[in-house]
Amino acid sequence: MHRILTKQQLSADVYMMRLEAPHIARERLPGQFVILQLDNEFGERIPLTIADADPDEGSITIIFQAVGKTTHNLADKKVGDHVESVLGPLGEPTHISKFGTVVCVGGGIGVAPLHPIAKGMKAAGNKLIVIVGARNRDLVILEDQMRALADEFIVCTDDGSYGRKALVTEPLKEVCERVPKPDLAVAIGPPIMMKFCAEATRPFGVHTLVSLNTIMVDGTGMCGGCRVTVGGQTKFVCVDGPEFDGHQVDFDNMMQRLKSYRKHEDHAHHQCHLEAEIEARAGRPS
Amino acid sequence: MSHVTPQSLAEAANRDLAAVLGRSTPLTPRDRLAIPAQEMPTQDPAVRRHNVQEVALGYTAEQARLESMRCLQCRNAPCVQGCPVRIDIPGFLKAAAQGDFLGACAVIKQNSLLPAVCGRVCPQETQCQEHCTVGKALKSVDKAVSVGRVERFVADLERDGGHARAPVVKPETGKSVAVIGTGPASITVAADVRREGHHVVMFEAFHKPGGVLVYGIPEFRLPKAIVQKEIDALTAMGVELKTNFVIGRTRKLKDLMGKDGFNAVFIGTGAGLPKFMNMEGENLVGVFSANEYLTRANLMKAYDSGRADTPIFRSGKVAVLGGGNVAMDAARTAIRLGASEVHVVYRRTEVEMPARIEEIAHAKEEGVIFHLLENAKRLIGDANGCVIAMECLRYELGEPDASGRRRPVEVKGSEFLREMDTVIVAIGNDSNPLIPRTTEGLKTSKWGNVIVDDTGKTSLEGVYAGGDIVLGAATVILAMGEGRRAAVAINHYLQKG
Repeated sequence: MHRILTKQQLSADVYMMRLEAPHIARERLPGQFVILQLDNEFGERIPLTIADADPDEGSITIIFQAVGKTTHNLADKKVGDHVESVLGPLGEPTHISKFGTVVCVGGGIGVAPLHPIAKGMKAAGNKLIVIVGARNRDLVILEDQMRALADEFIVCTDDGSYGRKALVTEPLKEVCERVPKPDLAVAIGPPIMMKFCAEATRPFGVHTLVSLNTIMVDGTGMCGGCRVTVGGQTKFVCVDGPEFDGHQVDFDNMMQRLKSYRKHEDHAHHQCHLEAEIEARAGRPS
Repeated sequence: MSHVTPQSLAEAANRDLAAVLGRSTPLTPRDRLAIPAQEMPTQDPAVRRHNVQEVALGYTAEQARLESMRCLQCRNAPCVQGCPVRIDIPGFLKAAAQGDFLGACAVIKQNSLLPAVCGRVCPQETQCQEHCTVGKALKSVDKAVSVGRVERFVADLERDGGHARAPVVKPETGKSVAVIGTGPASITVAADVRREGHHVVMFEAFHKPGGVLVYGIPEFRLPKAIVQKEIDALTAMGVELKTNFVIGRTRKLKDLMGKDGFNAVFIGTGAGLPKFMNMEGENLVGVFSANEYLTRANLMKAYDSGRADTPIFRSGKVAVLGGGNVAMDAARTAIRLGASEVHVVYRRTEVEMPARIEEIAHAKEEGVIFHLLENAKRLIGDANGCVIAMECLRYELGEPDASGRRRPVEVKGSEFLREMDTVIVAIGNDSNPLIPRTTEGLKTSKWGNVIVDDTGKTSLEGVYAGGDIVLGAATVILAMGEGRRAAVAINHYLQKG
C-alpha cells in the first residue's frame, strides 16, 4: 500500500501526486516508470512515468492525465488515501552523460518524464535548450521548473494563447539549423508529436531519443503487449525501452497498437462518466 | 465422443466397488486388470464452453479406491522411475485402495509439496503413467492407472477437509534466504528452506503470488483458490511475501546479499519472455503472445468483463499458433470469451504435439478446430493495422531432427489464406533477461538460461537457481524437482557457513 502524501491539480485533467514508495525512490533513475494498480482484484495495471523522487522521504512523484477509468479514479483520491500496488522502477534508465548541447522537447504531459532527464543532462554539464509545447496555456505544466534548468527556454502553444503560436517541431527545426547543431535531442510527448519531432531532426542527423508509453500488463517482459518495431526489429518497451532512437521507431504501427482496446475503453470511460453523473445527481439536494 | 455424466460414472463406481469389496478372495493381478479404468468426471462440454469453472470435477471416493486397486504393486515400480520427484506411487495407491486417503496424501507429501497442483497439471502420460505395467498389459497408455487423478483426489480431500497441517519449522537459525519469484520452483524452495529454521522472504513482481500457476494456467484447469492455499501454507510457516517487488529493478540481486543481509538467494523467475515467429505482420493489432492473452484473462480476470478493468480483445475468428499446453489453454480461453471460431495451427501432426492428450481432447470437445501440418507464414492487415488474414503454408514430415521428432518440411508453393481477426502466438518462452542483465557475473547460456551445477548453484557464491529460468520452458513438476534440489544445497550451504 502506498499512501498519497500530496496532490496538486496542474491543469484541467492533469494531476501531480507524491506517493510513499521508499524502495522505488531509492533505486529509480531518470527515464524510468512505474506500473500502478488501484485494486488488486479487478483493477487494471497502467504504466506511469516517474516525474521525481525523494529517496530521503521515500517518495516518488507521478504526474498523470485523467483520461481513462483508472486515471480518473486515481484523480479522485485524496491526500492520505492509498494506492494498492505500485511496481518499479521499470525500464532502462536514460543514458546521461556530457554530449554538448542537448535539446529537450516536451509536449503536454510529456514534460513530466522529461523533467528528470533534463535535470540529469544539465547536471552532467550539457548546454540545455528546452522546448515546451501544449494545446493551450492552461495545459503547460512544470514551466518554472524547466525554465530554471534551461540555458534557453522556448514555450509554444497550438492556439497561440501563450508563447509562440506553433507546434514544437517548428522551434526544434530552427535549433537544428543552427551551427553547430545540437548533439542530442530528447522528445517526449504524444506519439504523433514524437513522430514529427523525429522527422524534424532526421534531415540534420541529430540523434533523437523518444520515450514510448505503450499498452502493458506486467512491465517485466512477460507479456509482450508493449512491443514496437524499431529498425525493423521487435522490441519490448518495458525491458528494452522505454527510450529508443526516434529515427528507427515505426510510429504508425505503434499508434495503431495503442488503439487496440479503444472500443472497450470508450465504453468503460463512458460508464465511468455516467456513474459519476449519477452520483453527482444523487448527491444533489432536490 | 459423447459426454458421460458424473452421476452415471459415480453409480458405476459404487456398483463395481461393492462387487470388489463383497469378494471372499483377494484380488489377483488378472482381477485388477479387469477393473474398469475410472473416467474423470467432467463438466458437459456444451456447458463449460461458457464458464471458467474447472473442467475436470475430480473422482468420487469410490472411483479413487477402484482406480487405486487397478495398481499391480509392481516390485520394481517402473512408474516411480517416470516421476521427476520419485513419489512412492505404489505406496500411496495402496493406501488409497484401502480407503486411507489421508495416509496416501502423506506418502505423496514426502516427495511432492504440491499434489493438488501436480495431480491436475502434470503430463502423467509421459511420466509415471507412460511406464505403468497396467497400461502396457492393456496395450494403451490411456488404460494405465490414473496416478494423477488419485493424487488430486487425496490432495483435495486433505485440503478441503482441513486436514493439511503446516510442516514443523525448526528453531530459528538467524539466517535468511531471498527467494525470487513465487512459482512452483520458488514455493518448493521456500517451504524446504523455511522448515530448517531459516527466515525466508519471497519476492513477486506481480500483485499476486503463484507465478505461472496464476497468470498462465487458466482457472478451468487449475482453480486459483488451490494455489492460494499453498501460498497460505507458506505464510503460516512464517515465510514473508513481498509482492510488487521486481528483483533487478526494485532491488538488485547483489544488494539483497550485500546490503540487505540475505545469506543466500534462489532465482526462480521462470521463462517469462514470449517467443515470436519473426514473420511479417506480427505486430499488427489483434496479434498477441499467449502470455499476454492468458494473463489478461486469468490474473487480470478479463473474463469477468462486468467487473474487471483490464480489457481483452473481443474476437470472432481466432488462430492459435503452436501445439503445447499453453496453446490449448489460449484456444480454450478464447472459446470461453465468446470467439465464434477457434483454430489451432500446428506444423507437425497430433502425435508430435507437446500438449497433454487430455488437453487436446478437451479442446476438441469444446469445439476447437485443429489444422495440422500447417503454419503461418505472414499476417495480413487492413488499413487500420488490424490483422484480417493469415497466409499459411502446408507442411509434411521429413527426417527426424535432433529432438527425435520428424522434422516438418514446408511444401513449396502451398500458400493459402485463412481469414482471422485474432492471432495468438504460443510457440514458447525464452528466459526472462531482467536478472541476468542486472546481475554482473551471473553466467547464462546462449539461450539466456542461468547456468547451474548439479546442486543448483550458479556462478555466484550463495546464489542458486531452478525451474524454467534454468531449464527453459518445462513443467511444474520439473520446476518443483529443481527447487527441491536447490533447497538441499542452500540448507547445506547455510549450515556450513
